[in-house]
Amino acid sequence: MEESRVLEMRGICKEFPGVKALQNVDFSLNKGEIHALMGENGAGKSTLIKVLTGVYSKDAGTISLQGQGEVQIHSPQDAQKLGISTVYQEITLCPNLTVAENMFIGRGEGAFTNWKEMNKESELLLQKLDIPAKATQQLGSCSIAVQQMVAIARAVDMDCKVLILDEPTSSLDEQEVEKLFGLMRDLKAMGVGIIFVTHFLDQVYEVCDKITVLRDGQLVGEYEIKDLPRVQLVAKMLGKEMDDLSDIKGEEGAYSGDDKDEKVFEAEQLQSNAGIKPFDFYIKKGEVNGFTGLLGSGRSECVRAIFGADRVINGSVKVRGQKVKINKPIDAMKKGIAYLPEDRKIDGIIGDLSVRDNIILAYQVLTGFFKPFSKRQANEFADEYIKKLNIKTASADTPIKSLSGGNQQKVILARWLLMHPEYLILDEPTRGIDVGTKVDIQKLVLELAKEGMSVTFISSETDEMLRTCSRLVVMRDRKVVGELSGEDLTQSKIMSTIAGESNV
Amino acid sequence: MKNQNILKRIVGNQLFIPVIALLILALINLINDPSFFKITLVTNNAGNPMLSGSLITILDFGSELGILAIGMTLVTAASGGQDISVGATIAIAGSAMLRILCGGVARPETIQAPIIVAFLVACLVGMACGLFNGSLVAIFKIQPMIATLILFTAGRSIAAWINHNELPIVPDPKFSYFGGVIPGIPIPTTVFIMIACIIVIALVLKFTNLGLYTQAVGINEKSARLNGINPTAIKILSFVILGLCVAVAALIKVSRLSTINYSVIAKDIEMDAILAVALGGNALSGGKFNMWASILGAYVIQFLTTTLYKFDVQSDALAAYKAVVVIILVVFSAPTVREGTSKFFKKLTPARKEAA
Repeated sequence: MEESRVLEMRGICKEFPGVKALQNVDFSLNKGEIHALMGENGAGKSTLIKVLTGVYSKDAGTISLQGQGEVQIHSPQDAQKLGISTVYQEITLCPNLTVAENMFIGRGEGAFTNWKEMNKESELLLQKLDIPAKATQQLGSCSIAVQQMVAIARAVDMDCKVLILDEPTSSLDEQEVEKLFGLMRDLKAMGVGIIFVTHFLDQVYEVCDKITVLRDGQLVGEYEIKDLPRVQLVAKMLGKEMDDLSDIKGEEGAYSGDDKDEKVFEAEQLQSNAGIKPFDFYIKKGEVNGFTGLLGSGRSECVRAIFGADRVINGSVKVRGQKVKINKPIDAMKKGIAYLPEDRKIDGIIGDLSVRDNIILAYQVLTGFFKPFSKRQANEFADEYIKKLNIKTASADTPIKSLSGGNQQKVILARWLLMHPEYLILDEPTRGIDVGTKVDIQKLVLELAKEGMSVTFISSETDEMLRTCSRLVVMRDRKVVGELSGEDLTQSKIMSTIAGESNV
Repeated sequence: MKNQNILKRIVGNQLFIPVIALLILALINLINDPSFFKITLVTNNAGNPMLSGSLITILDFGSELGILAIGMTLVTAASGGQDISVGATIAIAGSAMLRILCGGVARPETIQAPIIVAFLVACLVGMACGLFNGSLVAIFKIQPMIATLILFTAGRSIAAWINHNELPIVPDPKFSYFGGVIPGIPIPTTVFIMIACIIVIALVLKFTNLGLYTQAVGINEKSARLNGINPTAIKILSFVILGLCVAVAALIKVSRLSTINYSVIAKDIEMDAILAVALGGNALSGGKFNMWASILGAYVIQFLTTTLYKFDVQSDALAAYKAVVVIILVVFSAPTVREGTSKFFKKLTPARKEAA
């Protein structure tokens, strides 16, 4: 092991039932280095972090630390003792305790605490790290950024050599992020090795020295920040080399009705409370368009604002040219808008209810509280769509939670198709499902559009979007940064727009 | 193989546990004292014929509990919590009813308002209590048990305050019919009230989407909202419906005595109502429910109570015995135990195959 190395992980493998989460991954961290760990969701970033911090046990591979050689980490406590500290996205401190108490809780030896000394020590540390908080202040009264910094201070004070920051910036505003970066640079100067996990490209290029990219549980490579332009980084994360970008525009027979230029939905300066910048958007009848961008860039937040799933705080909305107000999902549904949410488990399925009830739910709500479908009617609806979408279920009475992911997704899709919407929003409909179902869903989208339905399609997989969409809205850092259509719809163009480099 | 499937279906049915409990209790009584099942025709104080016997007691008081179980089932399903203020709100609604009937006088010569008016007022009061509880739960996101703790604590004082701490007596003998018998009909009136309630709730569940919405909200509130349901409204509605059930129970309770005892009326009845829901195999964490299992559960609870009385258990010791039942129930319905048993049965299956 080289002199400057503080951490070296070699050949890490981790398998979950049915998934190879990590395959032979190497990772190394130098003293006084800020090292970004990048990759799309499911790439294995968090699994790697969890192996390192002892949350998961590894199946194979070695972890070595400076001065200690190979170590075995069986629990987060082990990791802490070895000088590996983690600060998570959600603050895991106690807001009702003081800053000093939070920094020292669980570390005292014996049953007694010397409060005076504790406060003095933490005051010193706060000064040293330039954190704008008082030791005796209640943590809950500090801003999120300061709380985040206190968490870091706690970690650093515990003699930490490796500091892991797992998306610490996602709930901070720009100024707060700046403060946090200041702290990170100070720590770097003190020789702490920092692993920085984030989805924000700008931030990576602002503070990091090195980047390790993971994809599908495999190591793509380790790069010096100056050797890896943004566009390359995006390409590496998405798994497309710049040169073999084939243009796979779908040959969808587009909708050709007389009203094909009618704008089914139009939004101006729409903004929700989910933290996206105001955006303009429209979709025409029979059009398939999409939002693209890296994860966390605000794709889902945009469509949620359209559907009224998040609280809309600004902007105006027109449906077929008429000004309407959409404040909650039912308003959107009444206007013929349907939304298949990103997180199937949390926002989509009603786990204990039967496949039938899950299929009829949205249409039933639209029909009204006092007009329940008859049993026969409900069964007809369910059977129709089970057949149409080829849903594999023992019967319509089976609870949806016992179906496979792909079939659950088809049920949710059936739920919205049953409503016969004019405008269908699909947020990551293909995530976590098998290839066959993915293709089925894409085909279906194109068929529906041909019949005159407008569809907004979001997917993390760019080729899926290229195959289905005729226009793409590109997002970066919660802002719409471009729109691509026609000739511009290529992998390289999308990537360069996502990366924010105009001269590619 | 087919036989096994039928067995599985029976065991898997939600009514299985309450029915088995009922059979076990019946068996215990049959062994202990067969006269438990004897029903005789007697004349009550007012000179009206009525049936008497342990089974009649169970039907009578079980109905009272069953009415509350209807509301409690909905509250549990929608909010994933329970309303513990039921007993206290019965006192409030009952006190309001008395206030209207007696006009604030302790010993009136005649009733001051028609019984139906008094009952409707009680309904409004019950629903108002439900609205209060429901708003705390749905809008302010307070845990149901904590939210309803407010009325649980304050309710009986409010009830006493409504009638200036007097105990008015209703002079009209007709008022005592609801908790007793109607002249000429020896079956307790509560049974008929219960049947009416069952019909109403059955119609509501059939002709509205109450069941679907309540379950959707209870299982996955976020998803329910994205499907256009208003979870806040549904939760409040469930509490308001329970308020209505409370008013009906208050009518029966007050009618039994023709007066009220603020500190004792319907004491601990909320626990029995919650127990009824649990005994019916409904998850106390909300979601899917089976109304009929809950109602059956109510009768099982009353069967248990009456059985314990037959065994000469003091009324203050009753709670301890019921606690044992609760422990057994809760442990058996705990996920770890259920997983354990299903694993156990899986282990048994191959052995059976070999035997065959």
